[in-house]
Amino acid sequence: MARAIVNAPAQAKRGEIIEIKTLAAHAMETGFRRTQLGELIPRDIIRRFTCSYNGVEVYRVDLHPAVAANPLIAFTTTATETGTLSFQWVGDNGYSVTEIAPIRVE
Amino acid sequence: MGVRSRLAPAVACILLGLAAAAEIPPGERRSGYEFMSRETRAIQDDDAGNPGMLWVLDGEALWNRKAGSTSRACADCHGDARTSMKGVAARYPAFDAATRRPVNLEQRVNLCRTARQKAQPLAFESKELLALAAYVARQSRGLPINIAIDARSKPFLDAGSETFHRRQGQLNLACAQCHDDHWSGKLAGSPITQAHPTGYPLYRLEWQGLGSLERRLRGCLTGVRAESYPYGAPELVDLELYLRWRANGMKIETPAVRP
Repeated sequence: MARAIVNAPAQAKRGEIIEIKTLAAHAMETGFRRTQLGELIPRDIIRRFTCSYNGVEVYRVDLHPAVAANPLIAFTTTATETGTLSFQWVGDNGYSVTEIAPIRVE
Repeated sequence: MGVRSRLAPAVACILLGLAAAAEIPPGERRSGYEFMSRETRAIQDDDAGNPGMLWVLDGEALWNRKAGSTSRACADCHGDARTSMKGVAARYPAFDAATRRPVNLEQRVNLCRTARQKAQPLAFESKELLALAAYVARQSRGLPINIAIDARSKPFLDAGSETFHRRQGQLNLACAQCHDDHWSGKLAGSPITQAHPTGYPLYRLEWQGLGSLERRLRGCLTGVRAESYPYGAPELVDLELYLRWRANGMKIETPAVRP
């Protein structure tokens, strides 16, 4: 099942600023809501998103309970060399998703 | 005589105008999309940011997964959904000869599962059923809704129309009073739309997830303090049929995004 969608350009010119969009399937349960019986629903959120470009971290986000479900994270980076972009989402209850996207730089 | 003959058409026009005010003229029909903010439209317009696509991708995986005692996948009979399912959702709810009444897209998926795949039906509003419905309906995106009514389906269309125009609930409101008569107004700060179901199943920001037209209808019924019909109830499907027929010719947006 799809757990995350990454949209990044497959190729770019050296020095070009590229836009990357990511979408992760996650309920982002805040931990503040209660069931109809009054029991607290435990928090279950993504805590951190990181993007690495050939092993070097280029972008990082800390997420908090106010972030909506299925968070869309869009950001830019500079295309420097051919290689891979890797994306990782880490969260509560052992949640961890990794995606990679190859990029060719000319 | 001269004055009367000149007045008569004017009077007729006014009377006709009053009669037609109840229904929205074809030229003034607007999708819920047109009532949305620029920001919400942007979410729907970009597949890279439309969270409904998560369900569509799940649906694609389910389409190719074998299920039931026959161990057949949807794809084993229907092939590539991108060609075989194109325009199919535009015809739903459609008349089902076996049950002799209209069925909606979710019910059709379940009929196929139980009769052909010999699998358990999927629960209404389950992630799997919504994903399959979204995947199938996605193949009709951009195509006009095309509900054909014949002698067999006419009574169900009339029943749906009757539900749409009947006052109900503690607020004693009919669907038509908001969605035909006051669609240019606002309710608690939010636009009242024309209730054209162009993008279901759709991602509603309020729901933080994907939901069916029946979920939306049940929400509206609760809103007028009426008792909701259960999922799959004939009354709901008839109402769906009427609403889709009422939106005939409008373009399908699945998976749409709404506030």
